[in-house]
Amino acid sequence: MAENHASVILNAQKQRQIITRMAHEVVERNRNLDDFVIVGIVTRGAVLARRLARELKRITKRDIPVGELDPTLYRDDFKRTGALLGAKPTEIPFSVDDKTALLVDDVLFTGRTVNAAMAHLFDIGRPKRIQLAVLIDRGHRELPIRPDSCGKNVPTQYVEKIRVRFKECDGRDVVLSGLAGSAE
Amino acid sequence: MSDLLIKGGRVIDPANGLDAVMDLLIERGRIARVGRKLESAAKRVIDAKGLWVTPGLVDMHVHLREPGYEYKETIASGSAAAAAGGFTSVACMANTNPVNDCGQITEFIVETARREAVVNVFPVGACTMGLKGEALANIGEMAAAGAVALSDDGRCAMNAQVMRKAMEYGAMFNLTTLVHAEDHNLTQGGVMNEGAVSAALGLRGQPAAAEEAIIARDIQIAEYLKLPVHFCHVSTAGAVELVRRAKERGVKVTAEAAPHHFTLTDEALKGYNTNAKMAPPLRTRADMEALRAGIAEGTMDAIATDHAPHSVIEKEVEFDQAAYGIVGLETALPLALALVREAGVAPARLIESLTARPAAILAIERGTLTENAAADVTIIDPGREWTVDPALFKSKGRNTPFGGWTARGRAMFTIVGGKIVHELKEQQA
Amino acid sequence: MSERELYRKRLVSMADLTPAHITRILDTARVMKGISERDVKKAPTLRGRTVINFFAEPSTRTRTSFEIAGKRLSADVINISAAGSSLSKGESLKDMVGNLRAMNPDLLVVRHGASGAPEMISRWVDCTVVNAGDGRHEHPTQCLLDLMTVREKKGTLEGLNVSIVGDIANSRVARSNLIGMRAMGMKVTVCGPATLLPPRAGEMADRVTSRIEEAVEGADVVMMLRIQTERMEGANFPNIREYSRMYCLTAERMKRAARGALVLHPGPVNLGVEIAPDVAEGPWSVILDQVTYGVAVRMAILYLLLGGGLPEQ
Repeated sequence: MAENHASVILNAQKQRQIITRMAHEVVERNRNLDDFVIVGIVTRGAVLARRLARELKRITKRDIPVGELDPTLYRDDFKRTGALLGAKPTEIPFSVDDKTALLVDDVLFTGRTVNAAMAHLFDIGRPKRIQLAVLIDRGHRELPIRPDSCGKNVPTQYVEKIRVRFKECDGRDVVLSGLAGSAE
Repeated sequence: MSDLLIKGGRVIDPANGLDAVMDLLIERGRIARVGRKLESAAKRVIDAKGLWVTPGLVDMHVHLREPGYEYKETIASGSAAAAAGGFTSVACMANTNPVNDCGQITEFIVETARREAVVNVFPVGACTMGLKGEALANIGEMAAAGAVALSDDGRCAMNAQVMRKAMEYGAMFNLTTLVHAEDHNLTQGGVMNEGAVSAALGLRGQPAAAEEAIIARDIQIAEYLKLPVHFCHVSTAGAVELVRRAKERGVKVTAEAAPHHFTLTDEALKGYNTNAKMAPPLRTRADMEALRAGIAEGTMDAIATDHAPHSVIEKEVEFDQAAYGIVGLETALPLALALVREAGVAPARLIESLTARPAAILAIERGTLTENAAADVTIIDPGREWTVDPALFKSKGRNTPFGGWTARGRAMFTIVGGKIVHELKEQQA
Repeated sequence: MSERELYRKRLVSMADLTPAHITRILDTARVMKGISERDVKKAPTLRGRTVINFFAEPSTRTRTSFEIAGKRLSADVINISAAGSSLSKGESLKDMVGNLRAMNPDLLVVRHGASGAPEMISRWVDCTVVNAGDGRHEHPTQCLLDLMTVREKKGTLEGLNVSIVGDIANSRVARSNLIGMRAMGMKVTVCGPATLLPPRAGEMADRVTSRIEEAVEGADVVMMLRIQTERMEGANFPNIREYSRMYCLTAERMKRAARGALVLHPGPVNLGVEIAPDVAEGPWSVILDQVTYGVAVRMAILYLLLGGGLPEQ
C-alpha cells in the first residue's frame, strides 16, 4: 500500500492502548455508570463507540447501550460545501431522556459536526448531560466545543487530512496524516 | 426594351420537358423567350450561373387567416412569406372567420389580395356551410368570385353523402374537392400519432387508420362518380398505397405531401414540443419513407406546405390545448430540395411537384415557363446553406419545429408577373 | 452530471433517473422514515428553502404527502391549487408559472391534468421541478414509493415479478412504474381489457395479458389501479359489473400469486370494484405502508434535489 505521502500518527497497538485509556477516563469521570449511554457519530465514531463500550464492559462488567447517529441532516453547511455525504440512518434503540450521553467521534476538527450531532440528539430526546470523547483532536475549532476525553492532540495544518482507520470498516487499525489528496 | 433577362441558369420546366442551361427573357409581365445565349437590352440582367431557374412555385395549401384571425397572419404577411420562400402562387383554405363559404368572402379575399398581396392568391371555397359537414356551401357564387377548388380543410365530412354531393356539385364548376382525410370519431381526443411515442408521452393518439379509412371511402366515391378527388397532406404509408392503387386502376385521384411529414417523425414531439403538433400528426419513420418514395414516383403529385400560422397564445400552452399546425412557406424549399439529395427524387420531378402538378390540380394557368405564360419565376440556389431563424420570418407565425436548423437551398429571386417580389440580399445570407 | 448526482435535477419522468439514482433515493428515504418515527418529526435540513406545491388538478393525498415531507425537513411549503389560483380565472399556464418564478422558489412540485405540463414548466423556470402527476403521462414519486414499499417488504427488487392490473392506457402510475420497475430489474406484466391497454403495450412491458388469472399467477407483487368508473362505462367496457367480474382482485384469485406476495394500490381504492375488501385489508395488502413510505420518499427527493444529492467526495 502506498503510504509514501502519509505519515503514521498512531499504529494499531498504540491506537488500542489509547482507546483503553479513554475507557478508564470515562469510568473515572462517571463513577456511577447508571443511566449512561454511548452515541457514536457515523461511520468511525460509531465504531469507536462500540470499542469503548467493549472496554467499559471489561472494566465494569456492565453492558452500556450504544447507538449511532448521522448528523448530516443537521449540518449548517448544507448545499455550501459541494461535498455532502449521503445521509445514513440514525439508530438509537433506547431513550436518551435524562441519561448521560457520551457522544463519540474519531476526529474533532471545527466542531460543526459535534454541534450538528447535539442538535440532532435534542430532537430525539432530552439527555441530562452530554459528554464528548474523540480519538484525535486536531485543533482549528470554529465553535466553543472541547472534548471531555481525548485520545491524542495532533497539531495540524488546516488543509491537512487526518484519516482514522478501524479494522471493522477499513480492515486495519491505524491513524494517518497527510496533505489533501495524498495517497493512503 | 425588355424588362428582365435571366442568364446562364439551369432552367427546369417540367411541363415542357426542359432541363438545360439557358437564358430566360421577360417582357411586359410574360415569358418572352427561353433559349440559349439570348441577347437583349434588358432593364435588368440577373446572372443565374449555378442557380436553378424554375416556374414560380405553387403552394396549393396555405392558411392566410384573413378574414378573422389577422393576429396570426394576413393576406399581406402570408403572401410576403410565400415570396420569401420562393412561392409565386398560393391557394388559401376556407377556415377563416367568417368561413369562406359564400361569394362575398371569396370576393373579399380576391380584392384584398389584389391590393395587398405580392404573390397570386387563389381562394379555396368551403364544401359545406361553416365547414360543418352538413349543408353545401354557396359553391356557384364562390366559383364565380374566383374560388379554384373546394375544401373543408381542418374538418372532414363524416357523412359520406355530403362528400359525394360536394364532389358532384363542385364538378359542375370544374372545382376539385380537396379532402382533409380524418375520421373524427377515430381521432377523438387524440393529439398526435398513435404509437410507441404517444404511449410514452401519455398523450392520446390518432391512429393512421383514421386517415386511411376516409381516403379509402372517398376513393370509392370518386371512382363510382368518375370524378376527381384530391387528398391534402397525406401522412401515412397506408394512405400512399391506397392512392397508388387507385391511380393504377384509373381513378382520378391526386394527392399532396407536406414537408414536415416527409422530414420529421413523431419522435419530434418528445419534450412536448407544441411546434411539432399538427393535423394530420407527424407519423413514423416508415410513413416518412413511404411519402418520400411516393413523391419520387409521382404517386404524391404535389408538395404543399399546409402553412398554418398561430400566435404564441395558441402554442405556448399545455400540449393537449395547443393549436394544430406549423408555418411552412419559408422552410418548404430547402426541405423539398433535401429529397433530391436524400431520397432519390429527380430535380425535374421535385420541381414538377412544386409547380406544374399543383397548378394542374387547381386548373390555374401557372407553373410553366411556356412562352407567353405569366412571368412567374423562381431562381433557386440549391446549395446555399442558411440557418432558420423564425424571428426573421415574413410570416407573423413563428410556430416552426425547424428553428435553428441548418437548411440547404434557398430562393434567391421570386418573380411574379415579371416583377421581382423577393430578392435575397447578401446580408441576409 | 455524474451518474450519482441528483442535485438540481428535475424529476418529470422516471426516465430522468438511473438505477443508481433510484437506489440512492430509496436509501435516503429510509433515513427520512426515521425522522417520521420520532416524537420530534422535524429536522432543520431545508431551513430557509421555499417549496411551492402547485396543484392545477385536485389532489389531497399527494399534496399532503409533499407538504408533510417539506415541513418535516423545515422547508417553507406553500400550496397553490387550481381552484384558488388565477388559472381558474383564465390566466395562461405560462403567465401563472412566470408569477411563481418571480417569487423565487427553490423547488416547484407540479400536479397538472395535461400530460407534459411539468416538463414545459421546467423549461420556463430556473428552479428544480418535481412532477407530482401529469395527465396520463407519469407520476414518478408514486413509482418511487412503490419501489420503496416493495424493497422494504421483500428486501430486494431485482428479479421480482410484478403485475399491474387495470386501466393501463390512461394511468400515469402504470407508466412510471413500467419504466422504474424494469430499470430495477423487475419483470412487469400489464393486464387489463384490450380497450384499456396502450398502443404497442408489448414494447413497454415484459408481458401483456387481458386475463387477470394469468397476470396474478406466480406474481410477487400485484398492483391494482383505480378504475375511473364514470368515464369508462359504455366506452371501454360494457359496465362496471362486468369489469369487476373480470378484473376485481379477490382472495380466490390471490391464491395464484407467489408465497408472500404483496398487493399495492395507489389509492383512492374503489372497494369491490377493482379490489375486494378482504384483499385490500388482508395480509397481502401494503396499501397503508405505501402512504407512510410516500412521505419518506418525498423527503428524500426534496433533500437530494435541493442539495443533498451532490456526488460523494
